[in-house]
Amino acid sequence: MCLFARNDGFCVCFSPKMASGMQEKQYTPCLLNFFIYNPTFGPREGEEEKKILFYHPSEVEKNEKIRNVGLCEAIVQFTRTFCPTKPAKSLHTQKNRQFFFEPEENFWITFLMVVLGVKHFPPFLTGDVCVYFTEEIYWSKLVRQCYSMYKLFNGPFSRAMEAGGVELLMQKLEKFFYRYLQTLHLQSCDLLDVFGGISFFPLDKMTYLKIQSFVNRVEESLSLIKYTAFLYNDQLIWSGLEQDDMRTLYKYLTTSLFPRHSEPELAGRDSPLRPEVAGNLLHYGRFLTGPANLKDPEAKFRFPKIFVASEDGYEELHLIVYKFFVIASCFLSLDQISASVEVTREFCEQLDGLVGPQLTLLASDICEQFTINRRTSGPEKEPQFKFIYFNHMNLAEKSTIHMRKTASVCLTSVHPDLMKILGDINCDFARVDEDEEIIVKAMTDYWVVGKKSDQRELYVILNQKNANLIEVNEEVKRLCATQFNNIFFLD
Amino acid sequence: MAEEHYLELSENPVQFEHASSVNNVFFDEANKQVFAVRSGGATGVVVKGPDDKSSVAFRMDDKGEVKCIKFSIGNKILAVQRTSKSVDFINFIPDYPHTEFTQECKTRNASILGFCWTSWNEIVFITDQGVEFYQVFPDKRNLKLLKSQSINVNWYQYCPETAVILLSTTVQGNVLQPLAFKNGNVSKMSKFEIELPVIPKPAKLSLSERDVAMATIYGQLYVMYLKHHSRTANSPGAEVVLYHLPREGPCKKSHVLKLNTTGKFALNIVDNLVVVHHQSSQTSLIFDIRLKEPDCSVNTQQPVLPARSIHPYRIPLSGSAVVPSQPPVPCQLYSSSWSVFQPDIIISASEGYLWYLQVKLPPTVKLLQDKGKLMDFLLRRRDCKMVILSVCSQILEGSEKAELPVVATVFDKLNQVYKEYLEAEQSYAAAVESGPSRGAATQKRPVRTQAVIDQSDMYTHVLSSFSERKGVSHKFIIAVLMEYIRSLNQYQITVQHYLYELVIKTLVQHNLFYMLHQFLQYHVLNDSKPLACLLLSLEGTYPPAHQLSLDMLKRLSTANDEIVEVLLSKQQVLGALRFIRSVGAHDNVSARKFLDAARQTGDQMLFYTVFRSFQQRNQRLRGSPAFNPGEHCEEHVTHFKQLFGEQAMMKASTV
Repeated sequence: MCLFARNDGFCVCFSPKMASGMQEKQYTPCLLNFFIYNPTFGPREGEEEKKILFYHPSEVEKNEKIRNVGLCEAIVQFTRTFCPTKPAKSLHTQKNRQFFFEPEENFWITFLMVVLGVKHFPPFLTGDVCVYFTEEIYWSKLVRQCYSMYKLFNGPFSRAMEAGGVELLMQKLEKFFYRYLQTLHLQSCDLLDVFGGISFFPLDKMTYLKIQSFVNRVEESLSLIKYTAFLYNDQLIWSGLEQDDMRTLYKYLTTSLFPRHSEPELAGRDSPLRPEVAGNLLHYGRFLTGPANLKDPEAKFRFPKIFVASEDGYEELHLIVYKFFVIASCFLSLDQISASVEVTREFCEQLDGLVGPQLTLLASDICEQFTINRRTSGPEKEPQFKFIYFNHMNLAEKSTIHMRKTASVCLTSVHPDLMKILGDINCDFARVDEDEEIIVKAMTDYWVVGKKSDQRELYVILNQKNANLIEVNEEVKRLCATQFNNIFFLD
Repeated sequence: MAEEHYLELSENPVQFEHASSVNNVFFDEANKQVFAVRSGGATGVVVKGPDDKSSVAFRMDDKGEVKCIKFSIGNKILAVQRTSKSVDFINFIPDYPHTEFTQECKTRNASILGFCWTSWNEIVFITDQGVEFYQVFPDKRNLKLLKSQSINVNWYQYCPETAVILLSTTVQGNVLQPLAFKNGNVSKMSKFEIELPVIPKPAKLSLSERDVAMATIYGQLYVMYLKHHSRTANSPGAEVVLYHLPREGPCKKSHVLKLNTTGKFALNIVDNLVVVHHQSSQTSLIFDIRLKEPDCSVNTQQPVLPARSIHPYRIPLSGSAVVPSQPPVPCQLYSSSWSVFQPDIIISASEGYLWYLQVKLPPTVKLLQDKGKLMDFLLRRRDCKMVILSVCSQILEGSEKAELPVVATVFDKLNQVYKEYLEAEQSYAAAVESGPSRGAATQKRPVRTQAVIDQSDMYTHVLSSFSERKGVSHKFIIAVLMEYIRSLNQYQITVQHYLYELVIKTLVQHNLFYMLHQFLQYHVLNDSKPLACLLLSLEGTYPPAHQLSLDMLKRLSTANDEIVEVLLSKQQVLGALRFIRSVGAHDNVSARKFLDAARQTGDQMLFYTVFRSFQQRNQRLRGSPAFNPGEHCEEHVTHFKQLFGEQAMMKASTV
């Protein structure tokens, strides 16, 4: 049963899935195949294999690969006749979902998912429609994120083509996607992954200005550094990079690089700090990329390269990540190939010497702010409201649902079914431009409220015994008044 | 080198007839008057003061050689000392008898060392056996002894600003007794001893009056003692030792100024700087006692700047106006005929000139490399504003561009002074507001010195031109602007809108919208209506500016009308209506404005909804859904009827 009153942007749904409920089988998507092709590489018959640039799983028999690519090509070609600018993005069959994405001209990334469980819905349920759209958004975002990540570390496909032709591109794709696909955790994908947002660290003006000052000073005295990003406790404070690049880099840092390095840090907490590990007696900063220990004569000064958008296409940068307890600074130094500027030991020592002492001072300021934040938002106890907030304009995300993000799992404090309702509401929002509000009554006294105002979305999960619609609405208003009183968020 | 002379003589010296066998010249430190006494006064006394008003010429009888001659304050009474026993007085008040009268010192066998006027009619005689304080009655032509002090005196010094007389006592002369005179009263300040470099045996007068001077520096009275180099004490050079004389409490040795050389010295105080002239090298040193030397112990100081001579001075020949071809004659500086008086006076009796010594600030900029120290130095000077602003420009542009930490230090120093002034102003305003009863009278309005460099000064003279400068990287411009804003925030000074505008302009020019977004996100740029409007204007090039602007208007909480306008202009009629309802202003808004906007969208259902909503409001407010004639909604009513028919109108009775 659905009640729509679109005109004043208000909608109440009683989720049928929740009503029919818990007997439903767990929702476990898995990746069937993932391939990248370019139809112009093998236009003639018998050369179809040349179109394929990357195919996962690689052990599939050649003819099947060709068949699958051919099918995709055909679908896209066929739908193009209806809308030349927007060919098909996805194909839904009873069991499978296939997604098509053309990030660069004639390059297609395609993947096929098998989705179990959904077919068990009774046929009359409109709820199925919701599932249908949920996936649409989730997986099409996912494929975009895959491409962004590739581009961050390798530049666009066209770059490899120019540098070394198809062969180089295939090598790069193989090298990147082979590992990357293993790190995808499709089961634990939720709303936050869809948003791909950035969590910002709340900070008072003065401390923020001090950090600004710090960044400016470092960039001034070490001219190799072109951009800087500053993070605290996995939350972003400052980015010199443009938004889109920062979004991808942030994802890389918080879901891959930081978690990989956090384990040894936690282990070392009980033991007294060992200066030889820290590399310097005066402070405890260290490089997360590049050399583990500056004093090591054998240390290699090689940093990962990343590619970011610039005025004329893209630019190549070295990613230097320096960590000082929970403060992480990413210094992006320009890679001037022509001038053959290398990031040297001297440079690293200079950076270490300059940044370390300054961060020591900043750390105490930020720490103070951190405790203030804690005090105002209450100690580690269960947050009063469970909500997810996202702003499309600055990609700011905020969640009191997610405990801690690690490389492997995203821990949430709510039932997966509730998470799925959030996804459904999100899909509903994505279809209309107007502001709207959706309130869903879920199982056992749970209510889910979604609000959209301009470019902002807010999802609240409430659990109140015998609450009615009016009470829920009041409760959400209260939340907005306390948490979002400094932004323009329509009630 | 020519630009490095940081001291100069005043351009318009006081000219007087130079000293000769027939012309004696006297100088009165209290009135800063030069007396040229020809033939004991018989052929005329010419008095030249710092300005023409204080210049007088008169004649008096020659009753012997004049030893000392001074006017009382305001040129009321002239006192002339001709013998060691008495002082003669002449009235200069019109209508009073003009004949001289005499006062002998009361103490028997004492000889008068000199006298000082402490007001228009109060005078102190200093004799070798003590001081005598008199009140002069010019009408009765006599004096009344107010107070006297008996004490053996070797010599004395007088500081007219504070009316303090310093007496040298004991055999060695190194125990100094200051006496303060005020409104007919004498108060003994605590006496103190000056450490001599060598203690002579047998004891004899070892402290010369030439080596001691009194002056007020930064509003405090100091005794300056020129401690000569002594071979036995193993010191590398002479020193100036400052003793601080507080109004109450004991005198303390406060500063030691290292001269690092030996020879003949003279002291001046200019603009609160201690100037030490060195005759043999013909150079001068300056010290700023407030400048802290981090590498020295608390009170030992080195010169602020390297030694330089006073700027060359040319004496314009007296007839130069008539014969312009004749070049001015260079004046010999540091001449042995110079006499130096406190605080800033140099007199050449043989040439007949009185100069004021002045500090030129521009040359100091080059000589003082440490910009932080330079700022400390400049901020305490009188005419510092333009020099400071030029230093600010200099460190931002061109070849002498400084690094950001230096820029930050300079900004911090400026803003500290700025903040102190603002605070003083604020507490004064608060005191005035609380009424005259609450000590508002005692609190003086704070003086805005040149060292107060506010935001508009920085904007006009430094930042606006710098930000438009070609060839400066935008990164540096933004860094500097943010540094200035940081510094203002650090001192809790409200940042003016035009600075934010400058930041935004620079960011927009270089397409750094994301940076701007982050600044706004962290409220680095304070909320204000003008800023919100500026953001709205950026929406075309950077769509998120719209959201930023609305957020800002919301936070201001006084801009509800603006929010409605923005939403209506975006055709978000429902949003506007909901917003106005949420802030409780629904009853007062113009229905016509909303209906206009709703009709413009062409969405009939929307028009219906808005129309109905206002009808309901009317019903609630006035008991009838009809619009008032004053609301000018007639055309919308007609339109509504056309679209939905007469029967769709809300009837008063039905609700």
